[in-house]
Amino acid sequence: MTVLAPRVDRESPAAVARIQRRPEPASVRRRRILIETGNHALLVAVSAIFLLPFVFIVLTSLMSDQQALTPALWPRPFHFSNYAEIFRQSPLLRYTWNTFVIAALSTVGVVVSCVPVAYALSLLEWRGRQATFLLVLATIMLPVQVTVVPLYIVFSRLDWIGTMKPLIVPLFFGDAFSIFLLRQFFLTIPQELLDAARVDGANEARVMTRVVVPLAKPAIAAIALFQFLYAWNDFFSPLLYLGENKHLWTLSLGLSDFRGHFHTQWNLTMAASVLFMLPVILVFFAAQRAFVEGVTLTGVKG
Amino acid sequence: MLTPRQRARRRAARRYRTVLLFLSPWLIGFSVFIAYPMLASLYYSFTNYDLLSNPKFVGLENYRFMFTKDPRYWQAMRNTLWIIAVGVPLQALVALGTAVLLTRPRRGSRVYRTILFLPKMAPAVAAALAFVFVFNPVTGPVNQLLDTAGVDKPPLWFFSPVWSKWGLVFLGVWGMGQTMIIYLAGLLDVPRHLYEAADVEGASPRQKFRFITLPLISPAIFFSVVTGVIYGFQYFTEAYVASFAIAGQPTGSAAGEVGSPQGSLLFYSLYLYVKGFTDFRMGYASAMAWVLFLITMACTLLLIRTSRRWVHYGTGGFR
Repeated sequence: MTVLAPRVDRESPAAVARIQRRPEPASVRRRRILIETGNHALLVAVSAIFLLPFVFIVLTSLMSDQQALTPALWPRPFHFSNYAEIFRQSPLLRYTWNTFVIAALSTVGVVVSCVPVAYALSLLEWRGRQATFLLVLATIMLPVQVTVVPLYIVFSRLDWIGTMKPLIVPLFFGDAFSIFLLRQFFLTIPQELLDAARVDGANEARVMTRVVVPLAKPAIAAIALFQFLYAWNDFFSPLLYLGENKHLWTLSLGLSDFRGHFHTQWNLTMAASVLFMLPVILVFFAAQRAFVEGVTLTGVKG
Repeated sequence: MLTPRQRARRRAARRYRTVLLFLSPWLIGFSVFIAYPMLASLYYSFTNYDLLSNPKFVGLENYRFMFTKDPRYWQAMRNTLWIIAVGVPLQALVALGTAVLLTRPRRGSRVYRTILFLPKMAPAVAAALAFVFVFNPVTGPVNQLLDTAGVDKPPLWFFSPVWSKWGLVFLGVWGMGQTMIIYLAGLLDVPRHLYEAADVEGASPRQKFRFITLPLISPAIFFSVVTGVIYGFQYFTEAYVASFAIAGQPTGSAAGEVGSPQGSLLFYSLYLYVKGFTDFRMGYASAMAWVLFLITMACTLLLIRTSRRWVHYGTGGFR
């Protein structure tokens, strides 16, 4: 597993200080500070550009609807009441609850179903394991569009259109990407630990739940996080399966409709966008480590 | 008493039972949600099917119509190829540039990394709406900036069929955080001693980048380009939301507005959605889906093939 902190070995200040007792010449020092300042200046500029859209969204969400239609950048006066207004004008709480239910249940499904599959694909020895894993890999890249038409037909026969079931049930039957990510992590667990438990008479299910799962918490956290955020942000599937049942709409659907309903009310649209983004960004800050490690794990490592 | 061989066979059988049990969620999921639908959509692609009456077999008619008689299909294809050709390399370049910048400061790069990754977290619907607003030709800050910079007649962005796709390209570049993290991990994995050896040889920073950094992170670039092309063909949410926001209509109301202005945001997956789920032409949508599948396969194979020439893997092959 690659952790984004291998900087220790390359510039551990303590180690460097111990070796280099000789003070560096003033010219070298000045040059170093100059370069460091230049790097930071560049990064501050780039970061500012990437933050600006967020700033505009927040500022616009605090304008009056009239002012949001002018080129003005600064709200005058501040309309904090916009945030109350959007709750009056649309069932935001219901959308939030629906989104949460779908995201939470589908996350449970992914974790429960993918851990044993990844376990069989990494820590059990059997013929055909590699071929099966390649098949799992191949389905990661499969576009949803390829399967969506027959699935829609099946779900409509089952009378599942307009219910949350098509968005939750399939996730209880494994997700290729999560299986892949978990397997990569499981491969780093030393077999000796598992064998020790097996010698003590534990069966495979017990080895998995008592030995592997506790060790794999970071990877499980990462796939849970990815699935939760994916479901939270998803638009295509809710549009397809919940489009006609406004009662079960998610935040994505509600927000995309906002603009149509409140034609010129950009201020309210932006306020709703802020509320939609906020939980995701808070989760990101709280779980940043798990997140970045997860993204790295999906890269070319392994 | 069992002979040793019988005992071994029993153990092997038990082992396979365990494996099957552990695999069962995926086995069911793969058969029901992937294998069956793929085969079914292949069958539907040779039929006319509107969900109400039974599928009617028409042979290759859907494919023939698609390739020879449907101008909107080709419009969607052109738009999709355009946004892949422009968006994927641009995103990779910006991600590589910022990743290189992030490796340079001695301290504090974590804060920048967080900020630059943040846009990736913004839900696609919210981000698309925000960009339609930010790029609004009259009230948006982008054109105000261009105005003050003295640009004569700045673009109309999402309101002009010529410029609308650029708005989405910038939206993609803004959300390049994931690509950047993957590049950054690659950059930090480059062994320091290679750079030190190059310093001893008197290599310039440019030479070091060209002959050490670039070859060693090429697998990461390869990975992001492959996925970028494949996801490009599935590009949906941002285009859907932007085109409805411009048309100013509620979600799912008028199919005719999908891809506005003037069809410039009509992408492959958007058109597939319209055909399948607003026109309920399931056979035609299935044919489009299978062409999409073959394109995806071809892209992946092509990139994996050609990669042998320019991708450096250190030890071992692909994965």
